[in-house]
Amino acid sequence: MGKTLYDKLWESHVVRELPDGTCLLYIDRQLVHEVTSPQAFAGLRAHNRGLWRAAANLAVADHNVPTTERARGIIDPTSRLQVETLERNCQDFSVPLFAMDDARQGIVHVVGPEQGATLPGMTIVCGDSHTSTHGAFGALAHGIGTSEVEQVMATQCLLQKKVGAMRVRLEGTIPNHVTAKDLALAVIGRIGTAGGTGHAIEFAGSAVSSLTMEGRMTLCNMAIEAGARAGLVAVDDTTIEYLADRPFAPAGKLWDQAVQAWRTLHSDPDARFSKEVLIDVSSLAPQVTYGTSPEMVISVEGHVPDPCQEIDPARREALVAALRYMDLAPGTAMTDIAIDVVFIGSCTNARLEDLRAAAGMVRGKKVAAHIHRALVVPGSGLVKRAAEAEGLDRVFREAGFEWRDAGCSMCLAMNADRLEPGERCASTSNRNFEGRQGQGGRTHLVSPAMAAAAAVAGHFVDIRQWI
Amino acid sequence: MQRFETLTGLVAPLDRLNVDTDAIIPKQYLKAISRAGFGVNLFDNWRYLDQGEPGQKRARVPNPDFVLNQPRYQGASILLARANFGCGSSREHAPWALLEYGFRAIIAPSFADIFYHNSLKNGLLPVVLPAPEVDRLFRVVEKTIGYSVTIDLRHQRVVAEGQEIGTFDINPFRKDCLLGGLDDIGWTLQYQADIKAYEERRRQEAPWLFPEARTKQ
Ligand code: SF4
Repeated sequence: MGKTLYDKLWESHVVRELPDGTCLLYIDRQLVHEVTSPQAFAGLRAHNRGLWRAAANLAVADHNVPTTERARGIIDPTSRLQVETLERNCQDFSVPLFAMDDARQGIVHVVGPEQGATLPGMTIVCGDSHTSTHGAFGALAHGIGTSEVEQVMATQCLLQKKVGAMRVRLEGTIPNHVTAKDLALAVIGRIGTAGGTGHAIEFAGSAVSSLTMEGRMTLCNMAIEAGARAGLVAVDDTTIEYLADRPFAPAGKLWDQAVQAWRTLHSDPDARFSKEVLIDVSSLAPQVTYGTSPEMVISVEGHVPDPCQEIDPARREALVAALRYMDLAPGTAMTDIAIDVVFIGSCTNARLEDLRAAAGMVRGKKVAAHIHRALVVPGSGLVKRAAEAEGLDRVFREAGFEWRDAGCSMCLAMNADRLEPGERCASTSNRNFEGRQGQGGRTHLVSPAMAAAAAVAGHFVDIRQWI
Repeated sequence: MQRFETLTGLVAPLDRLNVDTDAIIPKQYLKAISRAGFGVNLFDNWRYLDQGEPGQKRARVPNPDFVLNQPRYQGASILLARANFGCGSSREHAPWALLEYGFRAIIAPSFADIFYHNSLKNGLLPVVLPAPEVDRLFRVVEKTIGYSVTIDLRHQRVVAEGQEIGTFDINPFRKDCLLGGLDDIGWTLQYQADIKAYEERRRQEAPWLFPEARTKQ
């Protein structure tokens, strides 16, 4: 029987297997950030342990960093201490670090691929759930907790049990104005936030093949929101073209050798999956979430659902609570929902392609008068620079957006960028949980183009008919 | 890590689906650089009426409607929860906060993957029981003041009032670690020779994965 891509990645990293199937799995790359690493470094110190392979790690501060007036440093003392702790730890343990004033600084999941530190066939971990993003490169990538961060630092290994392989096939031509974000939301809407639990999801099908690497990263980024251990996409020409000449990617003869190996990173035609889902995307509309879980999502032409129609009592209650939190009445047309804040950013949607799509919606237009704040936060300093070279910063600024420095920003509101209680936000991030973007804040997840159009219109619009 | 063998404790019910780690420990507390101090901020947004900030000295305003604030659930060490508990961010601060508050075990029909593993590594036992059994437990717990159960890890069963009410699965390796209070790093370092042998082999197959070796050549 053929092997799945997940099988191949798994098998090539098993150092030792225990009788019960638990494996000591070798980790090729660890990405490190300031929030989930201090206790890991402290643990190493407490036990007098060093790093097994310092060069396999790459660190960058992203969650807490300010996105304005960076030269002033971090005002909040607790945030500052955390970022300084990362810098000191990296120095003490010789971990490569992109400091806050480095042009390469940015969100860890944007920086890794951009630098070529994310390569096909690798196992990649980070103390952050959206590590699934890197699976777009045919790498086995997943989020881990702080104890595991420490374990990888000390041993370059993790103790893991293999999960099932699930395939989500997205077939058909992706309609205009429908993006990878809409595909991701539609998949979660279909299979639910636990639909991928106990599985690594491989995204396949003609729609996935047609996506750019940026789009594939968006898709894999949200695999975790479907409960999956990891998201995966097979390696093809798109993957290889993206990686050529990246700073951390191999070069010369090593590159040729690597490419040859990477070409085998796909599921065999006769591989069997423990779960399969097929979605025809050719009639998919842009998606908008209405609730406090990413599975509470509907097409922009739709209406806020009515809890009375929900038969399952637990789900009904969850929906009632969500609509109360979101302050939405059942039956409201999605396009009638007015918003206060727009956030274009996060590791889901802050790459150049995302900023271009958003800029395309606002060029020559103005943000609606009642919008309190409209932020564009590039995923990395290099994305920012590339966008500026194309003049996207001007397009956004002229429309009334703020153009910020790279970081997680309002995706999780650990820095100064956050929603006030009751504010409603069109956000390109990945989580609409209660309080995620600030206590009492209300999040609607959408694609960058949808968020940008909502900023101009002041409410959600069906961008397919809007322009 | 604290050892876990059997636990008899008061059960507190948290009747919500998809409780995420942001709800368990809100992000403003993640700026800490130590492992301690998260217990008072467990479920902060639900537990208190005022907005909490790290390091604040002012007394908090408890939310009387939040279940853990009810006198009958004080001292609970077992949390009864709904499906997909612990979803969202991978923060290990979530099990740290639950443990520091006093929980040693959580019973739910399902857990989010990363949370499940983080809990085991910290000596917090996630117990998966079938959904109908969890439903029934919710009804009993709410009806019966002082309702407690015993979780027997060695025999992988949950007992109430002398009756077995369910059995649960757990990875045998994880079970041994919990029973012995063993940490993963110490365990892994026994296999240093295997790790080095793997690296040697891998360096031949895929030298581009070891760029530090390349610069040495
Ligand atoms: S952008 Fe958001 S989801 Fe991504 S790493 Fe930062 S906080 Fe996490």
